[in-house]
Amino acid sequence: MATPSTLRRRRLGEAWLFLSPMLAVLALVAGWPLLRTLWFGLTDARLDDLGGARFVGLANFVLLAGDPVWWRAVWNTLWFTVVSVGAETVLGLAVALLLHAPFRGRGLVRAAVLIPWAIPTIVSAKMWAWMLNDQFGVVNEGLLGLGLIAEPLAWTADPDLAMWAVIVVDVWKTTPFMALLILAALQMVPGECYEAARIDGVGPLTVLWRVTLPLIRPAVVVAVVFRGLDSLRVFDLIYVLTSNAEATMSMSVYARQQLIDFQEVGVGSAASMLLFLIIAVLTVVTVTAGRLDLEGRSGR
Amino acid sequence: MRRALFWLLVAALVAWSVFPFVYAALTSLKTGSALFDPRLFPFTPAWDNYLAVFREQPFGRNILNSALVAAATVALSLGLAVWAAYALARVRFRGRGLLLLTVLGVSMFPPVAVLSGLFELVRALGLYNGLGALVLSYLIFTLPFTVWVLTTFMRELPVELEEAALVDGASPAQVVVRVFLPLMGPALVATGLLAFIAAWNEFLFALTFTLSNHVRTVPVAIALITGASGYELPWGNIMAASVTVTLPLVALVLVFQRRIVAGLAAGAVKG
Repeated sequence: MATPSTLRRRRLGEAWLFLSPMLAVLALVAGWPLLRTLWFGLTDARLDDLGGARFVGLANFVLLAGDPVWWRAVWNTLWFTVVSVGAETVLGLAVALLLHAPFRGRGLVRAAVLIPWAIPTIVSAKMWAWMLNDQFGVVNEGLLGLGLIAEPLAWTADPDLAMWAVIVVDVWKTTPFMALLILAALQMVPGECYEAARIDGVGPLTVLWRVTLPLIRPAVVVAVVFRGLDSLRVFDLIYVLTSNAEATMSMSVYARQQLIDFQEVGVGSAASMLLFLIIAVLTVVTVTAGRLDLEGRSGR
Repeated sequence: MRRALFWLLVAALVAWSVFPFVYAALTSLKTGSALFDPRLFPFTPAWDNYLAVFREQPFGRNILNSALVAAATVALSLGLAVWAAYALARVRFRGRGLLLLTVLGVSMFPPVAVLSGLFELVRALGLYNGLGALVLSYLIFTLPFTVWVLTTFMRELPVELEEAALVDGASPAQVVVRVFLPLMGPALVATGLLAFIAAWNEFLFALTFTLSNHVRTVPVAIALITGASGYELPWGNIMAASVTVTLPLVALVLVFQRRIVAGLAAGAVKG
């Protein structure tokens, strides 16, 4: 006769049995490589001779601290994240409000808005590189035609313009994600909230500011955090649009250049560890501050 | 007046979203000197660029590689995640919250943070310059995502479902296969689709772990298209390749729009 406690123990055993393949794979592909990268960051490892790595303490981090290109990459990454996520949030909110209004053909418009999100980053970078081409690009042609610029601009080559080009492409690509998450939140707001405001004769802008925004704030915060953490590790877009140019180099681009192009695995690993630490600290702060419902207590 | 302004905004939104893709498609149909004339009309479509992309490089092979890698990654992720999600969603045990947090944490990893460690692992396993290296590395981001979304989904299903089956003497494995899997069709499609798109679009690992043209996936192949002279990029070819790989994705989005939106919302953590 099985008692409740043996049943429970068996159930626990089965739970761990079900979990172990997933955990083993994650340990192999994420845990172990992360530890190795941490170790390489403390050595003078080179790509062609990983086995011959010798411990050098914090020398790589000292080297990074003295490298202006690294600091430029840190600054670029932060600037890129703040400006593009800020713009995406404002535009995403606007798009979500627009799509929340009932009108004929809304499904079609919503699908059209999703298109930039579905296009691979590499492809959107190439498409925009062509549109922003200094000699034959449609963007220069259009701006010249409207008389907004006097001569063609080298959008991706000019160090003063390149970061703006990167930001515009990123905003184009990721605003749909933001808009859809905010739209989902808007649809959760009960109709009575608006009803009450309407009866009280409150203007639409006041309703937006006083009723809608406070109600969807949690969802917007989650979306901003996700996009922010994603932007901090940006690589594809910058690598394809402006290659290894210093004006737009992000921390990920810097780390990969050290690792692969310069074969300096030690320095590159140290740089990626710093990026990892920044993201890890921000994640922990957010999760703690947001008190995420990990146990699913509210549901059961 | 307000109505007109509203429709103007909607039109601007659609134009802004769709124009780059339409422009790329139009460019891909132009050849010779027409390519370097930014005006769109008049023009006669030519398919030369599409033929050139497949003739001048193993682009068909690249597409096959991407499809194989993405399909294998999705199959492995879902296969591992269904079991893990059952344990995480339906069994109470100590450390469950911490475990979920770890899984979520892995999905926040900057890929570059595991690059050198993975490089070493891939070479040690003899997978360098092969598709296996990509499937292995893609599990880093698809596995946490699928576990997370399926756990959220399974949690919502009523307790009575499995209780009845367990009382009837079914083993937990039978419960997962007979009771949960049939109910999880929509969730599996949505998460599988999003994981497929993520694997199909991945660039950093594919660029770093492959070397030869015939092992490359689509994003790397497109990024590395260069002209004969090395100075002039063959924009016609690049746009033709871009349109070729994007059309299926756009079609998927149009068909599965609702499910994708639902999956994205579930993946983005219920706060």
